[in-house]
Amino acid sequence: MDTFIQLTLNGLTLGSVYALIALGYSLVYGILKLLNFAHGDVFMVGTFIGFGAIQLLGGTVNPIVPVWTLLILITLAAMAGCAVLGVVIERFAYRPLRDAPRIAPLISALGVSFFIAYSMQLLFGSELRNYDTFSLDGGALYLEGFDIGNVRVPMIRIITIVSAFVMMILLWLLVSRTRVGKAMRATSFDREAAAMMGIDIDKVIVFAFVLGSALAGAAGVLFALRIPTYATIGFLIGLKGFTAAVIGGIGSIPGAMAGGLVLGFAESYAQGYISTRWSDLLVFVILILFLVFRPQGILGKADIRKV
Amino acid sequence: MAEKLLELQGISMAFGGLKCIQALDLDVGEGEIVSVIGPNGAGKTTLFNLITGVYQPTGGDIVFAGKSITGLEPHQITRRGIARTFQTLRLFLNMSVRENVMAAAYGHTKAGVFRSMLRTPGMRREEQEIRELAEKRLAFFGDRLMGYRWDQPAYSLSYANRRRLEIARATATNPRLLLLDEPAAGMNPKETQEITDLISLLRTEGGYTILVIEHDMHVVEGISDRVIALNHGIKIAEGSFDEVATSPQVVEAYLGTGGMAKK
Repeated sequence: MDTFIQLTLNGLTLGSVYALIALGYSLVYGILKLLNFAHGDVFMVGTFIGFGAIQLLGGTVNPIVPVWTLLILITLAAMAGCAVLGVVIERFAYRPLRDAPRIAPLISALGVSFFIAYSMQLLFGSELRNYDTFSLDGGALYLEGFDIGNVRVPMIRIITIVSAFVMMILLWLLVSRTRVGKAMRATSFDREAAAMMGIDIDKVIVFAFVLGSALAGAAGVLFALRIPTYATIGFLIGLKGFTAAVIGGIGSIPGAMAGGLVLGFAESYAQGYISTRWSDLLVFVILILFLVFRPQGILGKADIRKV
Repeated sequence: MAEKLLELQGISMAFGGLKCIQALDLDVGEGEIVSVIGPNGAGKTTLFNLITGVYQPTGGDIVFAGKSITGLEPHQITRRGIARTFQTLRLFLNMSVRENVMAAAYGHTKAGVFRSMLRTPGMRREEQEIRELAEKRLAFFGDRLMGYRWDQPAYSLSYANRRRLEIARATATNPRLLLLDEPAAGMNPKETQEITDLISLLRTEGGYTILVIEHDMHVVEGISDRVIALNHGIKIAEGSFDEVATSPQVVEAYLGTGGMAKK
């Protein structure tokens, strides 16, 4: 039973990060019908910005600001940096190809992905970077928390899970309640008709990249709080975020959340009950099964546009 | 004639070697209802796509309210005051009836995309105003798009109501000129009569100038101040409904010359 609780906790932590990444895929796919394969690398840049920000703030052993301020600042820095990166990618890699056949921006996305990953490797080397959050407040983030049975739920996981869910709820409110959300939904359904209803499509697209990339930046920090990062981590994590988006129903926001959690749990249980070596295999087997048997995903709808 | 609201000056459009519109002059006066007729492939929808900025003309100039709008983006043209409906309905079926109309109202509000995230009191007030505007536009259609339907998804509407919603959505952009692309297509005789009455009401009550593409000659006869007939992208007749309907070129375009003459 304790094992199950521990694995569920791991799955929830991992899944909430995957969900944040999947949201970025879904936002962009929903509007541009583009699989932004550079998204995982935006996530990676987020992990690096977080790392750099920690160093600027004095490191984790002797930070110059209180712990919570530090955590908030590094997350905001990663979100802002990634948002800018997302805008730049859209402007230079996708916008010129807006009216090209769909395969062209896809190839461009792969190019951007490699460009970012290997530029980072060239600039900063290929070694692992550890945030070393254990040194914050003498390990308080790991030692404090609460217990379920014999399982400790440490603060560091609570931070990840709670902040991921808060961001998902905020995003959901943004898309369902605000005018920019309506503009996004209108654009995702029919870009040309939306333009003729006075909606500035370019702004909506940029906004989708800003939102998605900022979420990836936040996911990067939340992920790297516990797990070391490196320059080419974006490829695998990006693929998993993409898998989560597909499982949930790509283009659907609740779908991305559900897909992320399903994937997190699947990976975690596979690690615990089968083998850590097989967990990635299982993840991609799930992807293939969904693509074959339920391509619209858990919450996606079959296309209702054509009558 | 009243002041010209829309003026096409020698507009041409070619896709590769295919000339869809050739040196077309067309104008619509303020407050006028002008119908464009012509056989399939005459270039009528292309004409709308040129006016709304979906296509850039290969020649000529389009002037709206005294200013050239050639080369502007579709959303900029909409914000200048031209709105349209589509021959094949293009509602946002993933949104509610009210949201469809609200989405169209954002273009002419002050706040940009980014500012609208901040829910300041001014923002909320504006959002409330947009909501009221949307409801007012929907209320124009009386019982047909009444209150309880406003929160229903647009895909739940009947075909005729979808056409009405498209018009409501177009009017929410606060246009001066409405472009209606076959508003009566696929409607039964009763609905067609309602649409005819509605188009007249849009002018008298709404104050819109209207350019309409329509195949149903009863509708055209019922609403038009002036009729323009196109064939192969060339204007072949212009005038009152009776003048155009009896024009030999128009009869020829629709029926061909062969039959009668040979006998």
